[in-house]
Amino acid sequence: MVVDLLQVVGITRRFGSHLALDDVSFSVPKGEILGVIGRSGAGKSSLLRCLGALDRPDEGHIVLQGENLTELTQAQLVQARRRIGYVFQHFNLLNARTVAGNIALPLEIAGVKKDVRHERVEELLHLVGLAGQGDKWPSQLSGGQKQRVGIARALANDPALLLCDEATSALDPETTASILQLLREINARLGLTIVLITHEMDVIRRIATQVIVLDHGRIIENGPTRQIWGTTHAVTHALLSDSRPQLPPAIEARLTGEKIPDARTIIRLRVEGDAAWEPFLSAASQRFGTDIALLQGSMVEVGGAPFADLILSLSNGTQGVLDFLSQSGRSMEVTGYVPADS
Amino acid sequence: MSRLILELIARATLQTLEMVAASGLAAVVGGLPLALLLVITRRGGLYPLPLVARVLGVAMDMLRAIPFIILLVLLIPLTRLIAGTALGTEAAIIPLSIAAIPYFGRIAEVSLREVDRNLVDAVQIMGGTRWMVVRYVLLPEAMPGLVAGLTVTLITLVGASAMAGAVGAGGLGDLAIRYGYQRFNTQVMLLVVAVLIVLVIGVQTIGNRIAARLAHD
Repeated sequence: MVVDLLQVVGITRRFGSHLALDDVSFSVPKGEILGVIGRSGAGKSSLLRCLGALDRPDEGHIVLQGENLTELTQAQLVQARRRIGYVFQHFNLLNARTVAGNIALPLEIAGVKKDVRHERVEELLHLVGLAGQGDKWPSQLSGGQKQRVGIARALANDPALLLCDEATSALDPETTASILQLLREINARLGLTIVLITHEMDVIRRIATQVIVLDHGRIIENGPTRQIWGTTHAVTHALLSDSRPQLPPAIEARLTGEKIPDARTIIRLRVEGDAAWEPFLSAASQRFGTDIALLQGSMVEVGGAPFADLILSLSNGTQGVLDFLSQSGRSMEVTGYVPADS
Repeated sequence: MSRLILELIARATLQTLEMVAASGLAAVVGGLPLALLLVITRRGGLYPLPLVARVLGVAMDMLRAIPFIILLVLLIPLTRLIAGTALGTEAAIIPLSIAAIPYFGRIAEVSLREVDRNLVDAVQIMGGTRWMVVRYVLLPEAMPGLVAGLTVTLITLVGASAMAGAVGAGGLGDLAIRYGYQRFNTQVMLLVVAVLIVLVIGVQTIGNRIAARLAHD
């Protein structure tokens, strides 16, 4: 039997009468990148504190590499934490230590000898793209560089699991992209399992292979990233709405639900996976003699696969065209009709 | 200016330095552990024992509430017990130390308390013990503040050591009173004041430099 690297079984965490986590269960196979998303107060931080062996859940178990963290004594927990790397939103670097000194800290905590430590720090500086910068002080670094130090530090003890707590939320978009790229490289190169907590769907889209959507302490969706992207769940939908194309207001104002003669049909089309690369629009146009205008759209990579989300206006919205567009990996809904004269 | 006066001033300066240095050392050795204890045992600290923190805090504040000149007299029996005499420079070090320990302790407590709580969390998340938190986070991160606090303490001790002249401790304050005030020797008075100014500015400047070097920002 293949046992997943991390298994979370029915954990519940209470603060007074408030249920921060309510019967949360999931498992993460080795080498996956799990994204946990939710609004603030959804229970993300409570979950991460439990996974990091900082808090004990009130009920349920957390099993890491076959070891039940919830049954450990306080002293054993301190040991268990050394197998978990933790990347913080605000980096949490020690100002009184150099870059190298910060990266060496978990090694010192684990009692690694000085010469081994030195070698390992050099290796890690290389890995995160900060070779030769070990003697700098944290105050001399940019936010992105600080987070690279934070990641190197989290990797120092060869952790079994890397936890990222809003690791890119304090960074600008460009730096966010480079940090996510670094995490992806580390995942690929070391086969390291990553659990990443964020409120940004964009982060999930770029890096996560699996997603958990938390709301009011409960898991409301759990699955491969691509699947979540095509969700119909209201909460997930709301989280996604920022990164999704919206009907332009000028069109929306003229939209009607009735099919009037000569009206243009407005549809929303989603295509997942390789099907997104097929020339389905020109095929529809040629086969049914309809012109197709693109009103809004995005084509992004979700969990490593293409995902197209398009709002289209068709001159000829017959059932035939609509059926054709709903085929094979595409999901289509008619949003409404707009009079053709304008 | 006579050689005698210069010799007197030189000797008094050395006595002041001896008193300040010795009680300053006591302030660190005694006050820093107390400050750590206060920070660690307070509510939400690394090892919360709020009752201990309160009792300790009140005890320290009681000592700080007593004006030094009165503490000096109150402590004469204790000073005799430890130093064998209540007179002289060495004897004055005892009341000075007892005043300096809670004084520096409270200042150091503030610096330690201001260390970013997230850094403490970070080291605990990495699997650090409480002792490691003290050693790797609290002390090094608070160091610039601790040095600045020690600077303030040393300067306060320069002033307090002058009062110790009242129990025959010697030093610059004693000289200024006996020669400058009681014998109407304005020259000595002014010289003593000049030496004190140089001493205080010197200590402050050195303290500032060390604190700035340690701050790394």
